[in-house]
Amino acid sequence: MGHVDIYRAIADPTRRAILDELADRSGQSLFELRARLVMKHGIDSSRQAVSQHLDVLETAGLVRTRREGRSKLHWLVGAPLKAIGERWPVSTDEDTPHSSDEDIEK
Amino acid sequence: MRIHLTSVVVDDQRKALRFYTEKLGFRVKHNIPMGEHAWITVVSTEAPEGTELLLEPDGHPAVRPFKAALMEDGIPSASFAVDDVKAEHDRLVGKGVRFVQPPTDLGTVVTAVFDDTCGSLIQITEEKQQGGT
Repeated sequence: MGHVDIYRAIADPTRRAILDELADRSGQSLFELRARLVMKHGIDSSRQAVSQHLDVLETAGLVRTRREGRSKLHWLVGAPLKAIGERWPVSTDEDTPHSSDEDIEK
Repeated sequence: MRIHLTSVVVDDQRKALRFYTEKLGFRVKHNIPMGEHAWITVVSTEAPEGTELLLEPDGHPAVRPFKAALMEDGIPSASFAVDDVKAEHDRLVGKGVRFVQPPTDLGTVVTAVFDDTCGSLIQITEEKQQGGT
């Protein structure tokens, strides 16, 4: 559950897309998540693949699952990401030539 | 060949009949007693001669674990077309229907998913107009 897990978890583009969608709406079923991934991101991953991505995110503490009724829903937990900002804090007087975010992969 | 009948498997036919008529607004087409169960079909009031939906009893032992697995992943057992998902969502919520997925814009379609209270999830879908035509 160390920080390494967070970095590994967000290193994968599909897992970042999962976090994007859970940030849009927390408390999604696997079905809803897969529909969003394929329709909005063109990611046509199998049920098992998405399930495994969710396991990685859950191990990293970024996703929590909860049963609601008879369904299993997935929730985004953003708190662990704070560790990144605390480790490399953004200074207020940044004037680096590459401060724009246009080079950062989504 | 035409699709004349499809079914949703329900844990209680009488409860299902109430839900599918009183909440969803479908109309009973057939209700024929058959021993312990009945042959119950409903149709849309917008298409009374259209596809019938059979409210099928869940007596077979394989049904319950299958439905439970679908429910766990949030997978709908049927999908119905509506003109306006948001309006339909609001109408059904007003009648006490529980949605597990609110209206969600997926680009070419808007969908929402609700619990039919009989062990299945149902999706409603609105196809968005593709500009120009």
